[in-house]
Amino acid sequence: MEKPFIQQQEPICALATASGVGAIAVIRVSGIGSVELVNRFFYGKDLTKVKSHTVHFGTLQYKSLLIDEVLATVFRSPKSFTKEDSVEISCHGSDYIVRQILKMLVSEGARMAKPGEFTQRAFLNGQFDLVQAEAVADLITADSDVSHRTALNQLRGGFSKKLYLLREELIHFASLIELELDFGEEDVEFAQRDDLRQLIMHLHQTIHPLIDSFSFGNALKEGIPVAIIGSPNVGKSTLLNALLNEEKAIVTEIAGTTRDVIEDTLVLEGMKFRFIDTAGIRETLDVVESMGIERSRRAMEQADLVLFLYDSEQTLREVEQLAKGLNTEKKYIWVQNKIDLPDQNSTFTSEVSSSENQVKISAHAQIGLDELKSVILAQVHQQAATDTVVTNLRHYEHLLKTSAALDEVLNGLDAGITGDFLAQDIRLALFHLGEITGTIVSDDLLANIFSKFCIGK
Amino acid sequence: MFPEYDVIVVGAGHAGCEAAAAAANMGSKVLLITMNMQTIAQMSCNPAMGGVAKGQIVREIDALGGQSGLISDRTMIQFRMLNRSKGPAMWSPRCQSDRMLFALDWRQTLEDITLVDFWQDTVKEILIKDGKIRGVKTSLGIEISSKAVVLTNGTFLNGLIHIGEKNFGGGRTGEKAATGITEQLVTLGFETGRMKTGTPPRVDGRSLDYSRMEEQPGDENPGKFSYKETPRLTKQRSCWITYTNTKVHEILKTGFDKSPMFSGRIKGLGPRYCPSVEDKINRFADKDRHQIFVEPEGWTTVEVYVNGFSTSLPEDIQYKAMKEIPGFENVRMFRPGYAIEYDYFPPTQLKLTLETHLIEHLYFAGQINGTTGYEEAACQGLMAGVNAHLKINEQNPLILKRSEAYIGVLIDDLVNKGTEEPYRMFTSRAEYRTLLRQDNADIRLTEKSAALGLADEERLSLVKHKIDQTEKLVEELSREKVFPEEVNDLLAEFETSPIREKTSLLQLLKRPQLTMDHIKRIKPSMASWLESLSTDALEQGEIHIKYDSYIEKERLMVEKMNRMEDLMIVQNFNYDSVSALSFEGREKLKKTRPQTIGQASRISGVSPSDISVLMIHIGR
Repeated sequence: MEKPFIQQQEPICALATASGVGAIAVIRVSGIGSVELVNRFFYGKDLTKVKSHTVHFGTLQYKSLLIDEVLATVFRSPKSFTKEDSVEISCHGSDYIVRQILKMLVSEGARMAKPGEFTQRAFLNGQFDLVQAEAVADLITADSDVSHRTALNQLRGGFSKKLYLLREELIHFASLIELELDFGEEDVEFAQRDDLRQLIMHLHQTIHPLIDSFSFGNALKEGIPVAIIGSPNVGKSTLLNALLNEEKAIVTEIAGTTRDVIEDTLVLEGMKFRFIDTAGIRETLDVVESMGIERSRRAMEQADLVLFLYDSEQTLREVEQLAKGLNTEKKYIWVQNKIDLPDQNSTFTSEVSSSENQVKISAHAQIGLDELKSVILAQVHQQAATDTVVTNLRHYEHLLKTSAALDEVLNGLDAGITGDFLAQDIRLALFHLGEITGTIVSDDLLANIFSKFCIGK
Repeated sequence: MFPEYDVIVVGAGHAGCEAAAAAANMGSKVLLITMNMQTIAQMSCNPAMGGVAKGQIVREIDALGGQSGLISDRTMIQFRMLNRSKGPAMWSPRCQSDRMLFALDWRQTLEDITLVDFWQDTVKEILIKDGKIRGVKTSLGIEISSKAVVLTNGTFLNGLIHIGEKNFGGGRTGEKAATGITEQLVTLGFETGRMKTGTPPRVDGRSLDYSRMEEQPGDENPGKFSYKETPRLTKQRSCWITYTNTKVHEILKTGFDKSPMFSGRIKGLGPRYCPSVEDKINRFADKDRHQIFVEPEGWTTVEVYVNGFSTSLPEDIQYKAMKEIPGFENVRMFRPGYAIEYDYFPPTQLKLTLETHLIEHLYFAGQINGTTGYEEAACQGLMAGVNAHLKINEQNPLILKRSEAYIGVLIDDLVNKGTEEPYRMFTSRAEYRTLLRQDNADIRLTEKSAALGLADEERLSLVKHKIDQTEKLVEELSREKVFPEEVNDLLAEFETSPIREKTSLLQLLKRPQLTMDHIKRIKPSMASWLESLSTDALEQGEIHIKYDSYIEKERLMVEKMNRMEDLMIVQNFNYDSVSALSFEGREKLKKTRPQTIGQASRISGVSPSDISVLMIHIGR
């Protein structure tokens, strides 16, 4: 038998602790450059310079956003589970935080681990003997079968159909190009480059909503992030408490451990909502400032739905200031509070707030809360009805790569490159789509070529 | 009467000839048995070598030290580099050959190899002892001993020729079929199947009116196949293009009721991409014309090959229909087109060395494996000959990866996926096409082959020289820089944007508008040095500079995939002991017995989860 040697592969990442909510979650990153990768977001000690098997406290920040305070444990090859360079990140046990960290790692070069992949690498690098490996083999197959089923289940609604249609279109496109390459000398008619460009644009139009839907799909699973924005004393806490108290089905992530819980969660008609940055999150660490502008902005960026809360011309102006920078695709609701107070029940005129999503309430007197809830739900239903939703991070990852490859095709068309190079990027796009649907590229291509076209000689 | 041979090669077509030459050139004592010494290396179909993807294969055969490239160069009457307008991975050399010279040259080439003996006879059975080959028995009842046997029977095994309602046994028109071998192999446990292929009529060139056709001349600066110093063409013969029309189609249709294809008399599956003309008008009824290439068969002969008009309709219908083709009004036929059915053995029964799983030291190459095409056959013959020699000398086999050669793609596809219809190579079958170019087959393969003793010293020093010169070229071009005031006028003349700062010649050459010739004018002081380099090195350097990013992208993909290719599976691995494998996956794995995890992952029916299980089980 060959002497085992350590083979370091591309960095992969995954949640290492059980999915669901615990006080702490551990994310494992393993592979070439994984220490450097994590170090890019880690504010604390320089992880690339620390010894193996040491733990370090710090914060994770991505694009100047604080994600969490974490402990990072550095393992240097070969002394790690996989025998590769690895980092284990212990963060707070919120699915949301875990997702954010994984998303950050993936966007910067790591890949989501496949089921059992850490174990596989560990085995391949001689961590296990054969007997031990056999013991985990069954587990791993079970894992991938389940994950495959899960993946298919997650292709909910039109998503799966959309994806298959997409692939078919792309294969059609690819086979036109291949046909042109392999039978260019012969009497075959090809689609025009302009048609091909149209097709790619169309594919882009199909893929992008899917990519965009990820945060919403994620939200459906994790709870739709809602931010309540308003000046101090405008009634944010009162409103939240009113919503939470009124609704008997309060879901705090783990009963009795609210100290570790970052957000409050509320279920409305079976839809889970997560209120960001409204209670408990390291309040004491924050510098108290009048509007908490920075924190509000952050909350708004994370949220799918924003409640702008005001109780006077003055506080309305203040939230309007914040609203100006808001992504127009974001859903928002203007909420006028304290209408039970006699002098407050007036209508404030304002440019931005003259939208239809206006609700007047009194959180304190519990007036208008039902209306507010139905407006909130209407917003979400609107989105759920019109969009197909991607919830799986691995799918998201491959959709992003598909899109990047398609961009390359478009660039190539613009630059007038020849078909063989276009085909290279198209294959890459098909490869990534295939990673989601579990199908192979080249056979499909040939089958398609032969089924559709008359080929000479 | 016969000594014991190292290798007996049965059949002397493209596969058999390459197999015999390769094994003998490596030092094996070879006997080449053919039914007819007059028909060695016949071009049974069109008189041409190369073409898209096939030309790359011929270059690879040459780089490995095979003969097809050299012989093609010596016997061609026209050369064209196809797909010049596309990227360099698509450039595909193709030649028209003098059919008779080609066969003659092959025979002389084989006669020049002292270790090759010849015997005219028909092999009736193979001789086996303890699951291992020990020789063959011929129709004359002679037993000849050998350590290995390569079967390259082409279309001869139970060959059945169809012309209209007539059919008769034969391996090619006018030649006998071979019987006995299939029956024996089946009793030994081999699976077999039927395939079909066809060929068009040959006509008298003196009866054609070329003024009604479109001329297709050879390249102005004709290239060649071999990396060795072979002469370039100084004169060429043209091909001609014409078209069928609705009148032709109508006449052909009157014969459909007599067509062996449509009446169901032909059971074998034919190639979809090489359809007969009746198949074309039947399947693509909306097209009112199909292209016909009129190809001369040699320098002096008047015989002409009607490419695109493959048919098995009755000969009188063939004749009547052809007369309606522009330029064919007064056509005289030499031989009618026909279809032929023959036995093949699904190639999933082979190892990647082309040795059969069932019988040790028995190799299959060419159409017997379900392929079509001279080039596909020749490269399999070469690989079978090389591997037979290596095996009997207890050396490691030569297996080319999919990322190394079209030959690797071909054999990997055959062994892992099998084929239901005659398998022809396409560039789209090669996922690493950008790396498998006709310009770098020598760089990819020659050193490897020389290490085995097949490619000779001359080839090795030529490729080393080419690599050195290419590296030097890239280095010089990246070092030499030019200033805006020095070159911007010239750049404007070449219709490319001006430079703003000091720029290297390498950067300029990356521009699609600029070629090496432009560089010579941009930097005249380098022109004479550039001209001193070989054209091969200049081409190689230019391709590397221009297409660097694509080549690099593909190389990274190969690296990623090769990790799987490097994980070996022991040959006696017990798949039954792995309970977690899917039923279908297990059966397919047991049958194919892949050598690596990468190969296992390409077997149809083996799922990704089977692969994870396997990876866990193969201890390293």
